[in-house]
Amino acid sequence: MTTVTEPGKTLEKGFVGQSIPRKEDRRLVQGQGTFFDDVRRHGMGYVHFVRSPYAHAKIVSIDVSKALELESVYGTITGDEVAIHTDPFFEMSVEPGGNIKDYALAVGRVRHMGEPVAAVCAATRELARDAAELIEVEYDALPVLVDAEEALKDDVVLHDDAGSNVVWSGVFDWGDVDTALAEADHVVKIDRLHFHRFSSTPLECAGALVEYDKGTGEWTLTCNHQMPGVGAIWMAPALRTGIDKLRFVTHDIGGGFGNKICLHPQYVVLCLMARKLGRPVQWTEWRTDQHTANAHGNERWFLDVEVGVMKDGTMTGFKVKALDDCGAFPRYEPLGCIIWAQVTPGLYGWRNIRVDFTQVCTNKSPVSPNRGYSRMQHLWLTERIVDIVATELGLDPVEIRKKNYVTTEQMPYETPNGCVYDSGDYAAALDIALDLIDYGSIEERRAEAASRGKLLGLGIGSTLDSGTNNFGQSTLLNPDLQFSGNNEAASVKLDIFGEVVVTLGTVPQGQGHETTAAQVTADILGCSPEQVNVRRGHDTWFNSHAGFSGTYASQFAFTGLGAVKGAAELVREDMIQLAAAVLQAPPEAIELADGFARIKDGPEEAALPFMALGAIVNANNAFLPPEFNPTLNHRYVCRPYFGMVDTEKKTGQLTLTYATQIHAAVIEIDPETGEVDVVDYAAVDDCGVRISAQIVEGQVHGATAHAIGAALHEEFVYDEEGTLLTANFYDYHVPHAMDMPPLKTGAMESPSPVAPLGAKGMGEGGGGGIHCICAAIQDALRAAGGAIVYDSCNPAHRVWSMLQDPQATRANVSVTSR
Amino acid sequence: MAAPVTSRSVSVEVNGEQIELEVPTRRLLVHFIRDDLGLTGTHIGCDTGNCGACTVHLNGEAVKSCMLLAVQADGTKISTVEGLASDGELTALQQAFNEHHALQCGYCTPGMLMSATALLARNPRPSAEDVRVAIQGNICRCTGYVNIVEAVVAAGGKA
Repeated sequence: MTTVTEPGKTLEKGFVGQSIPRKEDRRLVQGQGTFFDDVRRHGMGYVHFVRSPYAHAKIVSIDVSKALELESVYGTITGDEVAIHTDPFFEMSVEPGGNIKDYALAVGRVRHMGEPVAAVCAATRELARDAAELIEVEYDALPVLVDAEEALKDDVVLHDDAGSNVVWSGVFDWGDVDTALAEADHVVKIDRLHFHRFSSTPLECAGALVEYDKGTGEWTLTCNHQMPGVGAIWMAPALRTGIDKLRFVTHDIGGGFGNKICLHPQYVVLCLMARKLGRPVQWTEWRTDQHTANAHGNERWFLDVEVGVMKDGTMTGFKVKALDDCGAFPRYEPLGCIIWAQVTPGLYGWRNIRVDFTQVCTNKSPVSPNRGYSRMQHLWLTERIVDIVATELGLDPVEIRKKNYVTTEQMPYETPNGCVYDSGDYAAALDIALDLIDYGSIEERRAEAASRGKLLGLGIGSTLDSGTNNFGQSTLLNPDLQFSGNNEAASVKLDIFGEVVVTLGTVPQGQGHETTAAQVTADILGCSPEQVNVRRGHDTWFNSHAGFSGTYASQFAFTGLGAVKGAAELVREDMIQLAAAVLQAPPEAIELADGFARIKDGPEEAALPFMALGAIVNANNAFLPPEFNPTLNHRYVCRPYFGMVDTEKKTGQLTLTYATQIHAAVIEIDPETGEVDVVDYAAVDDCGVRISAQIVEGQVHGATAHAIGAALHEEFVYDEEGTLLTANFYDYHVPHAMDMPPLKTGAMESPSPVAPLGAKGMGEGGGGGIHCICAAIQDALRAAGGAIVYDSCNPAHRVWSMLQDPQATRANVSVTSR
Repeated sequence: MAAPVTSRSVSVEVNGEQIELEVPTRRLLVHFIRDDLGLTGTHIGCDTGNCGACTVHLNGEAVKSCMLLAVQADGTKISTVEGLASDGELTALQQAFNEHHALQCGYCTPGMLMSATALLARNPRPSAEDVRVAIQGNICRCTGYVNIVEAVVAAGGKA
């Protein structure tokens, strides 16, 4: 492991910035973590979903009678009951997508393989599965749509209420792309590029234990939802209840990556089941069900791309038709139609961009946010543009990047659509990545590989991890939506025996929030992270959350830790005032250090341990004057300022921080088989101040592994009948230890001028690995016919095809020069 | 025809404790461990035997407990992640996982630890390549395996 660090401005020395061993680990390495499936309740029933074997069909009838005859089967729920007892989930889009009716179970029609049509609850997991087999569903098959371009024709329409497969469409037009193309020395045209379907497939599947309290009408969901605030916004109106009737509790969560954001349909079924049966019910998703019917990442086509390039290699802008396939139901979509705009010009100084964006439904699994959500697809396009332009015009991929990157002198840099890149030095980060892979020796290594009959290629993937999103961007989609800004809460208290307790609103799934929150709190309160107890997980009843609470969109370092910092500072102020009163000193003379409040440079006995402060306020307070009321217990909401979005011009601050990642890969292709071997790899991350360099590096490793898997083998493949062919870990090959190349990491710190701790959210990685591996394959293929990489997934058979018929992909690209 | 046998008595030693229980014959070993014994440190991440989150030791050998029926384990000695540390004292491997940040969400961790513990028992000083081979049946979606491999190599020789 090589780490090259260029120190930037950092905070005062403290626990922030140190890689302290994680607080979470002690329980997790002993099997003492608590995941939702570990929780039991007396008399609870197990739920199994009956799922559609068809991609598109009418439901003629459902007969549950044989299942109910089985001993210890507690009950069933079908789509008809759901239609009676719930309202459809709210849709974010304007028409036509806004007219879609999406219920918790299929009502009258199924629209993708694996769609739940009924649920059954029984005394054991095995029995629930047996009972599901006895539920008889009669279907009448309908024609199937698996192709987005076919869907546009509306010959077959999935949602009659919408009357079209188009969910949303809109044109984003910034600068003057027509003039830019007319005045360019070269116009490079790319007919089509395809970003494929995959997902991060967290190892723990989705699920929940749901209890209903008949007396109060409250549901408690012990679950692994990663965005409960928004989950409740979906669920409460559907269940015709108040939002406070839904209590979300999470403990440890086995990975999320966005795939645990759209669990509201299944959870609503569990709520109905728990109420109907009057007993706790539990559902754990099966792996095959997760792959077929939970959440894929967005599939996107980029059509008719035109890029303007000047003689010196300066790119002036581009236009593209983007066609996004969101599967059978939009759900969290169509936000993905907008979210890419956070990174409109990628890392480049392009001022003229037109994106004509359309999203359609097809008979495939619904999509949801997936690590790098929507920006990754768009950034892949920008990187494909750069490398295809470089290939076609004979330019050097390093030089063309450096020529077109936004420079560090331009920071903070406003993009054509009003987003502000807060800090960074892309060219310097690229140099670190190139050093790590010994760029100077590439031609020598290429020749050496050729002597072994291998094709060697180098690729660069420059990417942004935009964090702390502005929900106001949803108004670009639908001006009537009443969402804007963002928020996250945290509470800090000093308890009676001097314990510092932190309660988060966030919902960590492995990001080490307990550790980093303790670091921040310890620095502010003058104690050690060991003295800080950060409660595990999220609980609505802690009242330490806000409307957008959750862990998503690369924002914990900003909003999550910003809330912790805010709450800790309020407690600190109480502690100082209290110590000043007790020690009869002015507040300025008090310092908090080493677990004491003491008089700076004062005598040793002029010091109060935290325990004394906690005890005074909580248990021994009669002497405190009435006008002085320190609570040592504060909740703080971090609410970043964004300003409003201009829905006419489609401009505004869509997100606040931009972490950078520059990846570089060296690959070898076996021309006999098309097999790609990653032989050298570097990832350089700049996320501003690193609260814990070790945790940041861990996120970089993980995001890179996801990207390498996606670039080379992870793909949700459907046949023409809409059957998913890669429905489990047998057929859907995620990277194993043997698949991973040695990873080199580097880091820079360009502190964010807008974030409370100078730390930018990070962790999504923006698909840097996908971009650089596609580029490296294209580079390697230059020596074998010069195929153009047009798909984001390149397993051996696809590379082999490109070797056999390079012209097929070259015909996709043309250059017009003045 | 005689009625099929749908349950049987299973006698196993789990983490040093002798246990005898009547279990449905079709119950998977992993469900027996989790649901009947309440040892929820052993996890389930797939339906197909690919992910290794359920790895335990059966007579000292690392096996995927979702690939066996509970009745097949009759008469064996089983150890699970809960049996690694003694009296709260972490093993060198558990300690190394913490020091090297070899876990994020922690869901694959019990299986990883069991596979790696079995490796260290037969090869106390494994190379990075030895480790990759030994854990290739264990999927981790968080770490890219980098720090896991580092941690196991570092724990080598310390046990």
